[in-house]
Amino acid sequence: MAVNLVKTLLLTELVQGMGVTLRNFFSTKYTLNYPEEKTPQSPRFRGLHAQRRYPNGQERCIACKLCEAVCPAVCITIDSEVAPDGTRRTSRYDIDLFKCIYCGFCEEACPVDAIVLTRIHEYHMEHRGENIMSKDKLLAVGERYEAMIANDKAADAPYR
Amino acid sequence: MLQSISDTWNSLSAYGQHTVWTTVWTLAITIVLILSVALLTLWERKVIGWMQLRRGPNRVRVLGMFPGLGQPFADVVKLLMKEVIIPAKANKFLFLLAPMITLIPAFAAWAVVPLSATVVVSKANAGLLYLLSLTSMGVYGVIIAGWAANSKYAFLGAMRSAAQMVAYEIAMGFALVGVIIASQSLNLGDIVERQQGGFLAWNWFWLFPLLIVYFISGVAETNRAPFDVAEGESEIVAGFHVEYSGIAFALFFLAEYANMILISALTAVFFFGGWLSPFAGYLGDSALAQPSIGWLLFKIFIALFFFLWFRATFPRYRYDQIMRLGWKVLIPVTIVWIGVEMVMAWYKVGPWAKTALWAH
Repeated sequence: MAVNLVKTLLLTELVQGMGVTLRNFFSTKYTLNYPEEKTPQSPRFRGLHAQRRYPNGQERCIACKLCEAVCPAVCITIDSEVAPDGTRRTSRYDIDLFKCIYCGFCEEACPVDAIVLTRIHEYHMEHRGENIMSKDKLLAVGERYEAMIANDKAADAPYR
Repeated sequence: MLQSISDTWNSLSAYGQHTVWTTVWTLAITIVLILSVALLTLWERKVIGWMQLRRGPNRVRVLGMFPGLGQPFADVVKLLMKEVIIPAKANKFLFLLAPMITLIPAFAAWAVVPLSATVVVSKANAGLLYLLSLTSMGVYGVIIAGWAANSKYAFLGAMRSAAQMVAYEIAMGFALVGVIIASQSLNLGDIVERQQGGFLAWNWFWLFPLLIVYFISGVAETNRAPFDVAEGESEIVAGFHVEYSGIAFALFFLAEYANMILISALTAVFFFGGWLSPFAGYLGDSALAQPSIGWLLFKIFIALFFFLWFRATFPRYRYDQIMRLGWKVLIPVTIVWIGVEMVMAWYKVGPWAKTALWAH
């Protein structure tokens, strides 16, 4: 009781608290100057989606619809048809970026590594409707960043 | 040009010269104060950022240098460009009057604050009374703002602020009674002069509990964290200034920070020997031992740092705890210490060992 009273009157706990903030005042700051400095990314980073092709230019996707089935946010819509060469191909492959939660299940489910999540996280939309990643857009992203995607896949391969 | 100015000056009567001089001096203080407030807002965001392991504002530069220095000026431009929205059911006259009522006392109080032995607008003998009455005036702006806005949140904020001000005004007044007893004067210049000698001769040493009480009440008076229930953004949005926008809001902001600087300056004057050097009597005749305005500015800066430090450290008080602290802790502590002072005065220790002012 008396000890508590003395402690209260001498503001010991308040002074301790101020000590904590003063220590932080002089310690290293964690903030990154974002556009100039960036945090290191893991090869497993799950960002913008892409669809890949085989080195010979053939689409990987075989329209098995496993990604559509596993997607917890139901953001993938697939229509399939028989291609001129007799294989099963997608005629429509849309991903709604507003619905997507970037869980990466589609990538895990894909038997042919067709749909992947790239490390791109700095993208935006300016018009209504741009949130839908159509098949063409997905393939374009895949073509443009194929080197990065292949590297990331290779880096992650030993752990699978 | 210079000649004509000097001729005009000489043609004025003594009274006219005094008026011109006071006007110029008042303008100078106002401008410097507004600039200090601008820099203080930046410094506050920087300090709180650093204490939270952030970097604080560092994007807006001045002349491509000094990261962050342009921030307060950019903020001012933004606030000036914004529309001042007056709620439909607000009392328009009082709504616009309130920011000014808050602002004017915060600036007017500087009239009696001595910046050095000679530099002071008015060497009023009852300067301390003038200060106490002016700092109490500021709360009227808050109350009027809360009432005139015709909003429940604003009204709640105003009520809280009023009750809090009353409670802490008393503790603050009592703490200053201790200062008056120690310095035997109400004139701020005399109060500083009575603290002649090194830093141990200053009032803080003999009136330490009063210093703590005074500073805590000062934080509460200016509605700063952890006593900012009048704003309390987590409970009542923004309290009394919830309906204010644009430059009307900026005036409240300006007043709050000007009050902070004022309280810090008064702390320096009442308890830390104003413009006196802490090394007087220790370092002989060296430049560091000389009294100067620099010492006052340095002390103000340190006191302001404590304001920011408190804000970064302490969570907001609950309202009933604020009332308890004010009425049941701070006021009894000051009364006890005034009793202790009487004993010290009787046995002539500390500041009372010096000759009494009325003895010569």
